Amino acid sequence: MVKTFLRRLLQIIPTLLVVVSITFVITRMIPGNPAVTLLGPQASVEDIAKLEEELGLNDSLWKQYTDYVGKLLKGDFGKSYSFNQPVAKLLMDRLPNTLLISLTSIVLAILIGIPIGIISAVKQYTPFDYISMVLALIGVSMPIFWLGLMLVLVFSVNLGWLPSLGMGSLENGLKDVILHMVLPVTCLTTIPTATFARITRSSMLEVINAEYIKSLRAGGLKEGVIIYKHALKNALPPIVTVLGIQLASSFTGAILTETIFSWPGMGTLIVGAIENRDYMLIQGAVVLTAAAFVFINLIVDIVYMIINPKVNLDNAKGGE
Amino acid sequence: MTEKKDLLGIEAQVEMLNKERKSNNAWNKLKRNKTAMFGLIIICIMVFMVITADIISPYDPNALDLGNAYSKPGVNGHIFGTDEFGRDLLSRIIYGSRISILVAVGATLVAGAIGLVLGLISGYSGGIIDSILMRIMDGMMAFPFVLLAILLMTILGSGAVNVVLAIGIANVPIFARIVRGQVLVVKNEEYCNAVRVLGASNFRLLFGHILPNIISPVIVQATLSTAGSIISEAALSFLGLGISPPTASWGNILRGGKDYLNTAPHIAMISGFFILITVLGFNLLGDGIRDVLDPKMKK
Repeated sequence: MVKTFLRRLLQIIPTLLVVVSITFVITRMIPGNPAVTLLGPQASVEDIAKLEEELGLNDSLWKQYTDYVGKLLKGDFGKSYSFNQPVAKLLMDRLPNTLLISLTSIVLAILIGIPIGIISAVKQYTPFDYISMVLALIGVSMPIFWLGLMLVLVFSVNLGWLPSLGMGSLENGLKDVILHMVLPVTCLTTIPTATFARITRSSMLEVINAEYIKSLRAGGLKEGVIIYKHALKNALPPIVTVLGIQLASSFTGAILTETIFSWPGMGTLIVGAIENRDYMLIQGAVVLTAAAFVFINLIVDIVYMIINPKVNLDNAKGGE
Repeated sequence: MTEKKDLLGIEAQVEMLNKERKSNNAWNKLKRNKTAMFGLIIICIMVFMVITADIISPYDPNALDLGNAYSKPGVNGHIFGTDEFGRDLLSRIIYGSRISILVAVGATLVAGAIGLVLGLISGYSGGIIDSILMRIMDGMMAFPFVLLAILLMTILGSGAVNVVLAIGIANVPIFARIVRGQVLVVKNEEYCNAVRVLGASNFRLLFGHILPNIISPVIVQATLSTAGSIISEAALSFLGLGISPPTASWGNILRGGKDYLNTAPHIAMISGFFILITVLGFNLLGDGIRDVLDPKMKK
C-alpha cells in the first residue's frame, strides 16, 4: 500500500513537467509581442528593445525555459507585465474567490445530486425517478454560459432580486457576498449535480441487485440500513471518480461563469491575461490550475484505494 | 424444449434463429430504445437544417435591415424576430447550425483519428513508448479543457478550421486512453495470438483484427464528444475566440445576444435553446448506443 502510494506520488513529477513544458511552449507561440502590447502602439523602437531585454525575451528559448523552471521550483512565478505585480501574489489574491464558488457548487452538488440518485435507484421507474432523470439529462447537456445568461435575465433583469455582477464586498456584510454568489453558484452547480444524480443512480442500481444485498434483505435487515450502510458503501467508487472529474472541471466552468458574472477569480484573470498577452501571468495561472488538477487526481486515486481495497494501482494497467 | 425443436424441423429452426439474430442486431436494439430514438430524431432534424439551409432559410442570414432591429419573434414575418442589425434570427440559427454541427463533428473526427492511432500504438507497443505517450496525455488532460482550447485558439487565430483543430486536439487524450485500455485487454486474447502465429504483420493485426473489436466504446465516446464539442465551440465563440461574425454560429449569436438581455432577450434565449436541444440529442443517442453495444453498462 505504502509502496503503491509512493509510486503514484512519483508519477506526478513527469506529468507536472509535461504541464509546465506544454504551457511554456504554448505561451511562446501566442502571436504578438508582449513588449509592444505593454508599451502601446506609439512606443519608440528603443523603448521596445529595452523592455524586450528586460523581460528576457532576447534570450534563447532554451534559456528562457530553464530560467522559468528553475524559478518555479523556488516558488517564483515571475512578474506580471500588465499588473506590474508578482504573479504569485495575483494568483493568491484571485484563487480564494474561485475556490469559494467552485467548492460551494461541488458541495451543493453532492448534497443534492447524491440523495436524488439514491432515491431514484430505490424507487426505480416511479415518476420521481423519471422526472429527476430527465432533469439530470437536461442538466448534463446544459451550456452553462447560456444558463448563466438566462438566470441573469430572470432574476436580475426581470425580477430584480439578485445582483448579476461582481462579488460584492464583505464591508457591506456577509449577506452582500452571499447574494452575489447565488447566481454564479447555481450556474456552476448544475452540471455536477446532474452528473452525481446519474452516476449515483446507476451505481446504486448495480449494487442493489447484487446477491449479497438480496441475502441481507432475506436476513431481515431494515431497508434503510441496507441502502445507506451497505449498498451506498459499495456504490461509492464510481461516485468518487466522478467527484474528481467534477472538481477538476469546476475550474473550467469557473472560466465561463466568472466571465458572465464578472467574478474576480482565476477565470477572469486568465481571460484578461490572454487578451493582454501577459506571458508570465498566463503561464503562472495555467500551471497553477493544471497542478491543482494533477493533485486532485492524486487525492482521488488515494481515496479510491482506501474505499475500494480491490483496486491495486500496481495492477491497474487499464487506462480507464 | 428439445421436443419442440424436433417438431419444428430444420428449416423452421433456421428461420427462427435468423429472426432472433435480426432482432438482436445493434440497429434493431437501438430502434427499441425510445430515448435514443428521440435523440436520433433531434439529430436528423438538425442535419436536415444543415443540408437544406440555403433552401429553407426565409431570409439572407447576413442581410442588414437596421430599421427592423430587435424585432420581437413573430413581428413583420420574422418568426424568431431579428437581432441588433435587423438580421432574421431564424435564418441565422439555420445557417448557424451548419457551423456549429460541422465544427463539432469535424473536431470529433480529428480527436478520434489522432486518439485512435496514439492509443493503438501506446497499448500495443507498451514499454517506454507507452509510458511517454501516456504521460503526455496525462499532462494534456491536466489542463482544464476550455483553457487548453482557449490557448490553442489564441495561437491559431479565429476561424472555423482552427476551432475544429483546437477542440479536436484538446479531445485527443480521452480517445487515446479509451483505445489504449481496450487494446491492453484485447491484445493477449487467443484470436490475437492465433493471427500472430499465422504470421500477420503488426499493422494487419492492429487494424484488421484488434480495431474492429475495440471500436464500440470509441463510437460511444465519439457521440458524446460531439455533444461536448458543440458546447465547446459555443463556449469559444461566446468568449469571442471562436467563429467571428458576421458568419453565424450558435455561440456567436448567443454572444451577440448577451449585450441585449434588456431590450431583446429572445436573441440569447433562442440561440442557447438550440445548443441545449442539439447537445441533448447527441447525449441521448450516445447513452442509447452504449446500452446497446455494451450490455454490461446497462442499468
